[in-house]
Amino acid sequence: MSEDPGEEKRPRGAGAVTVTPYRDGPYLVRGDFVLQDQEGNELELERRTIALCRCGKSRIRPLCDGTHKLIGFEAPSGPEPWPRA
Amino acid sequence: MAARLIELPPPRGPLSEQLFEGLEGQPQTRLAAPGLIDCADPIADQDLQLALYVAYEIHYSGIRGVDERWEWAPSLLSFRGALERCFEEAIAELVAPAEAAELESVGAALQEIVAADPGPPLSRYMETQGTREQMLEHVVHRSAYQLKEADPHSWAIPRLSPGPKAALLEVQFDEYGGGSSERMHSVLFARTMESLGLDGTYGRYIDRWPGVTLAAVNLVTGFGLHRRRRGALVGHLAAFEMTSSIPNRRYGNALRRLGYGPEATHFYDEHVEADAVHENIAAWDLAGGLAAVEPEVAADILFGARALLQVEAHWGRHLMDSWERGETSLLSPLVPIAA
Repeated sequence: MSEDPGEEKRPRGAGAVTVTPYRDGPYLVRGDFVLQDQEGNELELERRTIALCRCGKSRIRPLCDGTHKLIGFEAPSGPEPWPRA
Repeated sequence: MAARLIELPPPRGPLSEQLFEGLEGQPQTRLAAPGLIDCADPIADQDLQLALYVAYEIHYSGIRGVDERWEWAPSLLSFRGALERCFEEAIAELVAPAEAAELESVGAALQEIVAADPGPPLSRYMETQGTREQMLEHVVHRSAYQLKEADPHSWAIPRLSPGPKAALLEVQFDEYGGGSSERMHSVLFARTMESLGLDGTYGRYIDRWPGVTLAAVNLVTGFGLHRRRRGALVGHLAAFEMTSSIPNRRYGNALRRLGYGPEATHFYDEHVEADAVHENIAAWDLAGGLAAVEPEVAADILFGARALLQVEAHWGRHLMDSWERGETSLLSPLVPIAA
């Protein structure tokens, strides 16, 4: 079960922010964070936990819309092995 | 908003007739055991699914003229159990057993199961060709579940250990509007119905839902009401979330193509973004988390996911086959066909 993100990865206290890449999926961001563009304009968020696009093909970037499943996006949850064998 | 209260629909055969007649009496008067149940095709069985739906509905909602104490009347539970056994066996026949390798990573197995979704391309059809009448029918079918969206999965809450419980609540908090009833998904769906000229009242279309539509709701209610099926309930939620964001984008596009505005599409657009979050939590933190704590229910998690996809596939085929024949997919058409 080593690939299953467990409860340890959740924010422990107020103010803690965690970013979790999910296997073959987006980055989930939890905690007390602000999402803004490079001009500093804050993006209004509809929910406490958000998913940021990791495959680059979402139609609602920077958020995820599930498109990674259509394009066969694959990525581990943990770091990519580097340097590659 | 008024309290949930539904009307007893017209019965569709001996089982629903016997049940509804019994429910009009006092819970102390015993409901007799059902006669011989025809278990040939329980998923599409109008009578069996309606009887089961109403027997379950007592746990969700008031039923006009029915004493609330029926909810735990032993004779009703026994009557319901006979219907459940028939339905449960039919589902078990449709679902491939989990393989040992799948149980090693339930999250990865769920990804593969939903990637091999056996259902017809219903959302793609709706996005590109579906008519206004077909879209309205689709919404009316969906209202059987969407007006109580998230409710059956909440029955898992007291049964889970802290890790998977926190994951479930993270999803449910969002489903229930993050503290705002206006943003609750069931409320958003009612608003979509109203903006399409439909009636968003809970249970309003019960007499139009065919057996297969009722079966889709009965499946998750059955998982929810039996603690022993907590694995299946969690797997059902995971697969539901994992097959949601892309189809919902297409349904939103279908409504836009048909000329409807944001008021109608909001429910679908919201689900694109929301379920892209939920599916990861549900597959890995909730389902994977539950399998880590209770490995003995891991196979049932995958059963619940596969059962959802099989029943949804039956339902999707029913809609597309009906439309191909030029017929309504509901028990009676929404708009009377002009003479």
